[in-house]
Amino acid sequence: MSLATAHPNAVSDESQDYIWTLNFGPQHPATHTTLRLVLKLDGERVVEALPDIGYLHSGFEKLGESLDYNQYVTITDRMNYISPMSNNVAWHGAVEKLLGIELPRRAQYIRVIVAELSRISDHLLCNGAAGLDTGAFTYFMYAFYQREVLYDIFETLCGARFTNSYTRVGGLMYDMTPLVIEKIRAFVKDFPKTLDDMERLLNRNKIFIDRTKGVGVLTKEEAINRSASGPVARGSGVTRDLRKDEPVLPYGDFDFQVCCATAGDCYARYLVRMAEMRESLGIVQQAIENLPQGPINVPIGERTALPTKRMVYSTIEGTISHFELEMSNRGFKVPHDECYSAIEAPNGELGFYIVGNGSDVAWRARCRPPSYIHFALFPHLIRGHTLSDIVAVLGSLNIIAAELDR
Amino acid sequence: MTDSATIAALAARFPEVKTSEFRGTTRAVVLSKSLYDALAFLKSERQFDFLVDITCVDYLHYRGAEDRFGLVYLLANTETNERITVRTFLNEPELTVPSAVSLWEGANWMEREVYDMFGITFAGHPDLRRILLPEEFTAFPLRKDYPLQGRGERHNFPVLTRENA
Repeated sequence: MSLATAHPNAVSDESQDYIWTLNFGPQHPATHTTLRLVLKLDGERVVEALPDIGYLHSGFEKLGESLDYNQYVTITDRMNYISPMSNNVAWHGAVEKLLGIELPRRAQYIRVIVAELSRISDHLLCNGAAGLDTGAFTYFMYAFYQREVLYDIFETLCGARFTNSYTRVGGLMYDMTPLVIEKIRAFVKDFPKTLDDMERLLNRNKIFIDRTKGVGVLTKEEAINRSASGPVARGSGVTRDLRKDEPVLPYGDFDFQVCCATAGDCYARYLVRMAEMRESLGIVQQAIENLPQGPINVPIGERTALPTKRMVYSTIEGTISHFELEMSNRGFKVPHDECYSAIEAPNGELGFYIVGNGSDVAWRARCRPPSYIHFALFPHLIRGHTLSDIVAVLGSLNIIAAELDR
Repeated sequence: MTDSATIAALAARFPEVKTSEFRGTTRAVVLSKSLYDALAFLKSERQFDFLVDITCVDYLHYRGAEDRFGLVYLLANTETNERITVRTFLNEPELTVPSAVSLWEGANWMEREVYDMFGITFAGHPDLRRILLPEEFTAFPLRKDYPLQGRGERHNFPVLTRENA
């Protein structure tokens, strides 16, 4: 096996012939997505885990150099497809920072709402799958029923359930209709009951606690030194949350808490995610009740967001603006400069480093993928644990292979 | 977002550092030979304990660019939420910089990805191998001179058949 021998720290097989090698993945139900691990085992104990990734590498960053700023949002959907809305918000947040655009108030609030709903959707999947992997099937069904409700909300909002592509440079694709607001209100009202049920099912479940407590412990110093962010870092006692610390969106208007745990094991990460869902629900409720009136796009003078069809057909400014934006040799002007902007995505700090070159196509569109950085922690976390703990640790890190490999 | 004391301290320690400001972010350009010292200085003296990301940009035919590659280190301080971007420029054939793994363990896979995509080597890295692309791959696809059309490297790969596998 070339991978195992290529590694400088590979265990020499002559002196330790009781160590055996097991290939895990890339097509294994418990990895959820396409990733491969070469495990060196002493009986059932993991001596070393060598991750082999890249099976889903599809050149997303290279595609960013030939698709324009609005087209590339469809690619960001496919990075972390569990919370595509967050990726859309992160990508266009970075583009708007590069362009120096200030969004209208209503658009900012709607972005907060969709980002928080996608956080709930992501945490439901992550915790639900963690429960499923450790034997809690009912819990998984409870979580997935609510994800279905969220998909319905996204479908009513923008027509797509899975790959939303909802944001645009300088605004959003569609405004929120009264029907969407009604559905979100119903979700805000109903969801706490499910959350209570889920907590009662698993929080004090002996099997689940035995499988997760003390497994995959990450200390606070290691979490910071190894660039962990999001629930993985907060489960280890790092209080960093970009929503509080350096908000791109108006999170200062809402009353919410940053959820932390100190144990740093799989159970702590699970608890952080459960608590974050409640806080996100509170943010959604506050935002939906205080949703400002007004436009969802920047004025057409900025020449980045498409004007409405009514403006195109009835005003000369609208027609010109539409023409300028639609023609392939026009587009909008971007500074010859580069910047980085990040949001607190469900998985951690999701940022984009964009280099502009004057045209409406980026020179370089680098994504800081939290899954990639968290998967680098995995060999460290699993060392010394048993084979069956692999699914518990993988589940608690919430590795999405599409974002891992991009 | 960067404290002015940080910029002053960095300029005092490394006089050749050039800083610029764009959209509230401070970028410091250091020479590649003092890159490691600058990163170590920022980590130990200014408490930039969190390495956000390492990435690279190929400036081939970019307007006004004098150097080929720009390495970008995004640093953050988890206590004060201060951020700074450290950049350095590299030209062929000297595409080697010291590895930052001894400062931040998180740099390991980030440097491997930069090596994989741009061919920049990090001296002192514990395990510098390709990470996303297969080991047989010969090119560095995020470089700007990588062709976007054609047959690519795939036809050079060894073909495995059932008999000789």
